[in-house]
Amino acid sequence: MTRIRVLAGTRKGAFILTSDGSRTKWDVSGPHFAGWEIYHMKGSPADPDRIYASQNTGWFGQLIQRSDDGGATWQAVGNEFTYATEPGTHLWYDGTPRPWEFKRVWHLEPSSADPDVAYAGIEDAALFKTADGGATWTELTGLRTHDSGPGWQPGAGGMCLHTIILDPAHAGRMYVAISAAGTFRSDDHGETWRPVNRGLHSEGTLPEDEPEVGFCVHHVEMHPARPDTLFMQKHWDVMRSDDAGQTWQEISGDLPTDFGFPIGVHAHEPDTIYVVPITSDSLHYPPDGQLRVYRSRCGGHEWEPLTRGLPQENCYVNVYRDAMSVDSLEECGIYFGTTGGQVYASADAGDTWAPIVRDLPAVLSVEVQTLS
Amino acid sequence: MSAVVRVVLPAHLKNLARVQGEVRLRLDGSGAGADGGADGAVTRAALLDALESAYPVLRGTIRDHGTGRRRAFVRFYACEQDLSNEPADAPLPAAVAAGSEPFLIVGAMAGG
Repeated sequence: MTRIRVLAGTRKGAFILTSDGSRTKWDVSGPHFAGWEIYHMKGSPADPDRIYASQNTGWFGQLIQRSDDGGATWQAVGNEFTYATEPGTHLWYDGTPRPWEFKRVWHLEPSSADPDVAYAGIEDAALFKTADGGATWTELTGLRTHDSGPGWQPGAGGMCLHTIILDPAHAGRMYVAISAAGTFRSDDHGETWRPVNRGLHSEGTLPEDEPEVGFCVHHVEMHPARPDTLFMQKHWDVMRSDDAGQTWQEISGDLPTDFGFPIGVHAHEPDTIYVVPITSDSLHYPPDGQLRVYRSRCGGHEWEPLTRGLPQENCYVNVYRDAMSVDSLEECGIYFGTTGGQVYASADAGDTWAPIVRDLPAVLSVEVQTLS
Repeated sequence: MSAVVRVVLPAHLKNLARVQGEVRLRLDGSGAGADGGADGAVTRAALLDALESAYPVLRGTIRDHGTGRRRAFVRFYACEQDLSNEPADAPLPAAVAAGSEPFLIVGAMAGG
């Protein structure tokens, strides 16, 4: 029997929501790791009961937890993220050099082939890999030591590597995104990297017309059936690339605002995409207090607001970059979590919504597993 | 030298280490290095080495990997003294070394 498992990382612990394929009744387990920030949890496509979780507090630092039974029990695994070479410096907010320093793990991306292999994106931005189920983590140094590295600057949330995409079609190809450096691509399993930001603009803030880096990319998604197409929610602007990141075109179109954090892609329709517009960079809540997901069925430019079941007055929550995900049932389900502690779900590709849990701590991340 | 020292962990680290109440650690040996100061005294470095050896899950949560520096929001107290900024290889109070007073690891008050 098909089941859905939703992994919600929050400011004060992890929650696991499960339902059968009807997606009408949800069981909630948690908080796991109560009191700790769970930036991200993700299950292994190769073994869905293998789940990795990033657990952190400002007091006691970083832990990585691993479950081998779908989240019922957990064990702490390796938590040493040491830069493999002399860290050097990047730029601080004021433009002065600042040493690279590990702060936390933002994103965990398990391999699709081997449950013991996973990647971790950290702040200050670097990419790590484990090949032993999280016991040890080794930096893939080619990214941090890219020639542009000394010029990277943090976004408001820190200099975080928050997006990792493993290309299912091109062996060795992967993408990462860093706030506020931009998007990078590797074609050799993460050994070497190049910025792929042509076509992005940060008007008024960059001295060069087409700088190589310096973009506050918020999130990037790919549909596995069309791996050369990438969709991006940038600080401002919703963007699209159809050539594996080499060039980008704006697809914000008729959105009421093109500021936001997450972007999602329908499980079966590579041109159906979702964003949650936020008022502005200084007002991180929906326009007019109306929580609306916007859907484009044609890959951008033309968007429709999805409102049924979402609060249309007095709603001032935000949706973070890793807090939207989809299931792969025949009728694609869409899920997102808010800073107000709700996880909303749509079992009909966004036409109607309902909260499947509410009053959790602020939701930092949402990942969905479709289990058979 | 052989001493049993008592350590009180903050709630989050108790949960992580899956312990209740105080932790009791036996520090064996003498001399400089992992388990004692230059004169064989019980030091914070020796105590934390023993703690992390007994509970590996605590590695990196009290002091940083690599540098061994106290994490910024972790504080150390014993015998009504704030020992947070004492050198790691300084002798701890005799009452801690004798096990008559606990060594307190505390999450600093911060935030709201």
